[in-house]
Amino acid sequence: MTLRNDIEITPQLVADHGLKADEYQKILDLIGREPTYTELGIFSAMWNEHCSYKSSKKWLRTLPTTGPRVIQGPGENAGVVDIGDGQAVVFKMESHNHPSFIEPYQGAATGVGGILRDVFTMGARPVAAMNALRFGAPEHEKTRHLVHGVVAGVGGYGNSFGVPTVAGEVEFDARYNGNNLVNAFAAGLADTDKIFYSKAEGVGLPVVYLGAKTGRDGVGGATMASAEFGDDIEEKRPTVQVGDPFTEKRLLEACLELMATGAVIAIQDMGAAGLTCSAVEMGAKGDLGIELNLDKVPVREENMTAYEMMLSESQERMLMVLHPEKEPEARAVFEKWELDFATVGKTTDDLRFRVLWQGEEVANLPIKDLGDEAPEYDRPWVEPKIPAALATDDVPQMDVAEALLKLVGGHQCSSRRWVYEQYDTLIQGNSIQRPGGDAGVIRVLGHDKKGLAFTSDVNPRYCEANPYEGGKQAVAECWRNLTATGAEPLAATDNLNFGNPERPEIMGQLVKAVGGIGDACRALDFPIVSGNVSLYNETNGRGILPTPTIGGVGLLPDWQKSVRIGFTAANQPILLVGGQALRGTHLGQSIYLRDLFDRRDGDAPHVDLAAERKTGDFVRKLIRSGVVTACHDLSDGGLGVALAEMAISGGLGATVVDIEGHDPLLQYFGEDQGRYLVTLNLDPQGAEIAALWEEAKALGIEAPWIGTTGGTDLVLGKAKPVSVAALTSAHESWFPNYMSA
Amino acid sequence: MKAAVIVFPGLNRDRDMIAALTKIGGVAPAVVWHQDADIPDVDLIVIPGGFSYGDYLRCGAIAARSPMMDKVRERAARGTKVLGVCNGFQILIEAGLLPGALMRNTSLKFVCREVKLEVTNTDNVFTSGYAKGQIIRCPVAHHDGNYFADAETLAALEGDGRVAFRYAESTNPNGSINNIAGILNAEKNVLGLMPHPENLIESAHGGVDGRALFAALLDKAA
Repeated sequence: MTLRNDIEITPQLVADHGLKADEYQKILDLIGREPTYTELGIFSAMWNEHCSYKSSKKWLRTLPTTGPRVIQGPGENAGVVDIGDGQAVVFKMESHNHPSFIEPYQGAATGVGGILRDVFTMGARPVAAMNALRFGAPEHEKTRHLVHGVVAGVGGYGNSFGVPTVAGEVEFDARYNGNNLVNAFAAGLADTDKIFYSKAEGVGLPVVYLGAKTGRDGVGGATMASAEFGDDIEEKRPTVQVGDPFTEKRLLEACLELMATGAVIAIQDMGAAGLTCSAVEMGAKGDLGIELNLDKVPVREENMTAYEMMLSESQERMLMVLHPEKEPEARAVFEKWELDFATVGKTTDDLRFRVLWQGEEVANLPIKDLGDEAPEYDRPWVEPKIPAALATDDVPQMDVAEALLKLVGGHQCSSRRWVYEQYDTLIQGNSIQRPGGDAGVIRVLGHDKKGLAFTSDVNPRYCEANPYEGGKQAVAECWRNLTATGAEPLAATDNLNFGNPERPEIMGQLVKAVGGIGDACRALDFPIVSGNVSLYNETNGRGILPTPTIGGVGLLPDWQKSVRIGFTAANQPILLVGGQALRGTHLGQSIYLRDLFDRRDGDAPHVDLAAERKTGDFVRKLIRSGVVTACHDLSDGGLGVALAEMAISGGLGATVVDIEGHDPLLQYFGEDQGRYLVTLNLDPQGAEIAALWEEAKALGIEAPWIGTTGGTDLVLGKAKPVSVAALTSAHESWFPNYMSA
Repeated sequence: MKAAVIVFPGLNRDRDMIAALTKIGGVAPAVVWHQDADIPDVDLIVIPGGFSYGDYLRCGAIAARSPMMDKVRERAARGTKVLGVCNGFQILIEAGLLPGALMRNTSLKFVCREVKLEVTNTDNVFTSGYAKGQIIRCPVAHHDGNYFADAETLAALEGDGRVAFRYAESTNPNGSINNIAGILNAEKNVLGLMPHPENLIESAHGGVDGRALFAALLDKAA
């Protein structure tokens, strides 16, 4: 078989497509001839890291992905988890790092658009969004510009589409100077018997194109996202797509209406690598061939080549296989919403991916090798070097009150209000807890009491020092944040952001972090049901901090029993649940060291998974019993910062006692894991609290009384009292001051 | 009392509005698609919030020129109550049913937060459930809510008691002139406001300050 080819395939052209010499040889062996230009583009789109997971697949397979509630694990557009009553939550997190650095507004906007599409492609109406954003050092010249653009882009798309942003993360570190991270999460609700999948079934059925027209935007985007950045970054702007949330909103309504008609056999959104990836995935998964006729594809620009059409990443497009007899009904739905509807191909029985353009065949490739049998690597990796633990007497000294004010008003622990007020956090009318707490909480439409909790977590400092412990910690903290609202953690999605996997030390980070994630997920019965891998987050040879973001979802049987972080009333006992009797002991990789002493040394704190689970289950039970009035997990900045956040959020002070003979700086700023603060509506001398302590003791859980709420100051032991007003002012000032400077 | 909610493509708080009307009124409102031939016989027409036609061109400008708005204009002229919230307010202004303009927020940013509103006048059906001068809580969520009108129009609005709501206690989120959050037409049967009372009507919302507006319109106890 020979296909006409007008463009010579040179080694340079192959390299420009991100294909290595051995990969190109594999293509030659596979098809027994030189590929056409269009075919080369198709291979490049399917075999790049972003689409094929070729470096990470071996390790992703080790993650736990099943559980009694899991309906669909990784491999589909999103994970699906049963939440009872015939309902399911459908969710996923995905990165849009590379495009957001090149063009922050559109990069972030289309990241949000892509993840929303992943969710409604499965038949779910999006009900909550989150985003985890990581930027370079605040003082870096590009940071403000990127924060402005990314936040506006996330808001611009999500607000217009109409989904509440309920939680998220924003973090700064110089290691993101050349590569920011934009990890977008979306969750939707669907009926368990009305989930839609991408696997095509049936030969000779119409393949239908829906949504927006195809343009030249984003051509080669997935390949761009699978490479490092150099000094030529400005030249990559045309690879970034442009978002149109108005079209996406119509596409959502049209898709859900169409699904209700029973016309849809299979559906796949056009995300990375657009038409190529969606068509190949539908065919390969269903063991079918696909034939596309590009002359039928709705285009918005003239003279587009087959290559451009196959690699365009124009947004807000879908591909479906439909029951032919329902086609008129389907067409009417799309006409109502004024969206394009075109039959562009058919399923075949020959396992080939054939592309016709202007009456000629421009691609004819084996579909399985493009898709689910794409190459896979076992890349060499080296064991990460773990820094020595900090000496126990290495506690750089500072006044406790001064340190607290500095941390609460620093870039790491300050309020993110400047960011989340640009997001619509209450649309749909179901937001119970909005950003600013441990997790976002929404009530579930169609049910009186049920709620869902959402959080996204990772501590890249810990992952850099100790990838295995850091991976464990990211999962544990996510699980902990869900628990702190009273929710039962159900399942998670992982968004693994790393540097260049061809470097064995980076691959070592990935291997160990995934190992830690897997161990924590198994210990906490918290399966990974969807995810995304973003590699090559490097500029001029310098990689980002390893950042495996974990997005978690929890279930509340009764949202009215969920608790928040703010102190609610004076004279309530404060208990520190979990951890050790000495309260804080671990200063290695802490915010205290990094932000007050510019030190990034020591090992990351280790998570005791058995204790984590025991403590969390105990706290959740307490919350559900109704005696807890506020709950907050301890993370960056330890006990001191957690107490300050509870005081600020509740507008109420507290007095906490020191324990004698142990450095207060360790007590208040140590970042020991597995701990929660709770306030109780119980008499601290009463029988009920005594019974609670008996139970904790029997379980081997520390739950000491450490102080009492009340007053206008936060008093940490013998330290100078700090007024809640001063804490609030410091906490709220950093972000707006920084952005307006 | 019967209500209808008009839906243009791109609106996204239609479901919030339908929920509020249903929960407070006890019956679901009629939902009118912008291409429908007519609006059913109702006492109240609501244009909810969102991003009709993507806010392209100018917020509300495209929807305001649709044939459906001619029908709304006819009904308003016949005395039917018309409520426009957020994008609905922008559409009513673009359609000429209310005076002035809604410009980009002075911060140049989208803003979603809770503000305080003063109920400035209560001699109209929309705010009759509140006390004059009452301060209520209400969320806002918009990018273009900065109300402006020329001096003459402003004098007429203020002089005729047509300012229904004003941002209070230094919570003006967008730079609106005279802290204006919501205005009435001369006949006081058309109200447009930027804040979202429909998102503060039940305990799950953390407050019920928005209820009285709908209760008065739907003839129900708040």
